[in-house]
Amino acid sequence: MGSLLAERDMLWDAFTTTLTLAAISGLIALVVGTIVAGMRVSPYVPLRTLATVYTEFLRNTPLTIVFFFYVFVTPSMGFTFDYKVAAIIALSCYTSAFVAEAVRSGINSVSLGQAEAARSLGMSFFQNLTIVVLPQAFRTAIPPLINVFIALVKNTSVAGAFSVFELFAMSRRMTNVYSGDVLGILAGVALCYLIVCIPLGQVAGHLERKVAFAR
Amino acid sequence: MTQTTSGPAAAGGATAPPLVSLRGVQKHFGDLHVLQDIELDVSPGEVVVVLGPSGSGKSTLCRTINRLETIDEGEIRIDGEVLPTSGPGLARLRAEVGMVFQSFNLFAHKTVLENVTVAPIKVKKESKKDAEARATALLERVGVANQAHKLPAQLSGGQQQRVAIARSLAMRPKVMLFDEPTSALDPEMINEVIEVMTGLAQEGMTMIVVTHEMGFARRTADRVVFMDAGRILEVRTPEEFFSAPETERAQDFLSKILAH
Repeated sequence: MGSLLAERDMLWDAFTTTLTLAAISGLIALVVGTIVAGMRVSPYVPLRTLATVYTEFLRNTPLTIVFFFYVFVTPSMGFTFDYKVAAIIALSCYTSAFVAEAVRSGINSVSLGQAEAARSLGMSFFQNLTIVVLPQAFRTAIPPLINVFIALVKNTSVAGAFSVFELFAMSRRMTNVYSGDVLGILAGVALCYLIVCIPLGQVAGHLERKVAFAR
Repeated sequence: MTQTTSGPAAAGGATAPPLVSLRGVQKHFGDLHVLQDIELDVSPGEVVVVLGPSGSGKSTLCRTINRLETIDEGEIRIDGEVLPTSGPGLARLRAEVGMVFQSFNLFAHKTVLENVTVAPIKVKKESKKDAEARATALLERVGVANQAHKLPAQLSGGQQQRVAIARSLAMRPKVMLFDEPTSALDPEMINEVIEVMTGLAQEGMTMIVVTHEMGFARRTADRVVFMDAGRILEVRTPEEFFSAPETERAQDFLSKILAH
């Protein structure tokens, strides 16, 4: 692990890149995934179909293929992104499908009667969703959502194979240079992931207790 | 079967146009014909109690009036306007029709006060101040003002149902629908809800009430609608219905109810 300390500037650089990828993609995935979940329960059939196709397609495609698409295919169609941007788009799309499913399970946990009450008070579908259903759905969806975000943090490592210098790419370069310290380098990098993911689990528990409400 | 109106408005002589009108309403659940040839007019200020054995379609009837259930055929009008099938027009008409459910359906994450103010603020765009003032008055009236800042789950069933009534009233509905409002309540809490409903009826609220509370039907209803197997079999005044039901089904139903 001494080699990592010797290259701590590079380690810090890679660590913050991993964090940036996870944070930005996580935020985008949360927004997009919530919209997709909302579309999936909407009364409009085309929106429902679109959301179902989107979710099933991305959820069942390997992340590497999604990366390939944004890094190699879209440039050939005339859209060129910086590698980091392409990585964020790929991670956001992929993760949003899982967010959508987590939020949808939360939506299904809200009693139908409350949605009926909202409708009978004259609320539109959008008001019903944003005022009555989603605030309760998110509370139920916190544990599965945190799972999704933990998976996202680890999935950022795929970006290392697509020219983004994050923790995984750094570990490959380091093990090439310091071949005598492979174990130390891998343990150190694993530790970096733990430093991010374990607190995420803690945050989940804290949030759950904080927003818990009697039903 | 004749549809005599005996509501207070009609009793005055001039027949007021009906506030709620169902014409030739049909509905199926798969093979089951749950609503058959439903014809019903409810005048302003009238209290109509719908009775019938379970599975007779009375709850479904109630729920079609604000389109929580769709209908296959026929027409439903609220204050002369045909109930649209979807969209903002439907939402606007629903806002004028209050609905009270068997299972209360209060918004679990909002306080009692917020439950009552949320629709006036978001749907009717009332100011928060006005909505809260009115909500407080309504909660006062149904006797739960001291619970305003609690969450629904902290209240008893009777209190929750009274909050649900206040929540509907906050929209100033033209007509109130009650779908078995006391069926999920412990016996000692039924009266507090019935009292609120009786008060509303006395103030002239137009009400359609699906219930098993025969005392309420007898005392408060202007007309009793008796349903069985998806059909309206009798529409009578409570005196007539309870003393001399015409159909065999109604006689059988009443004998079972009164025997227990």
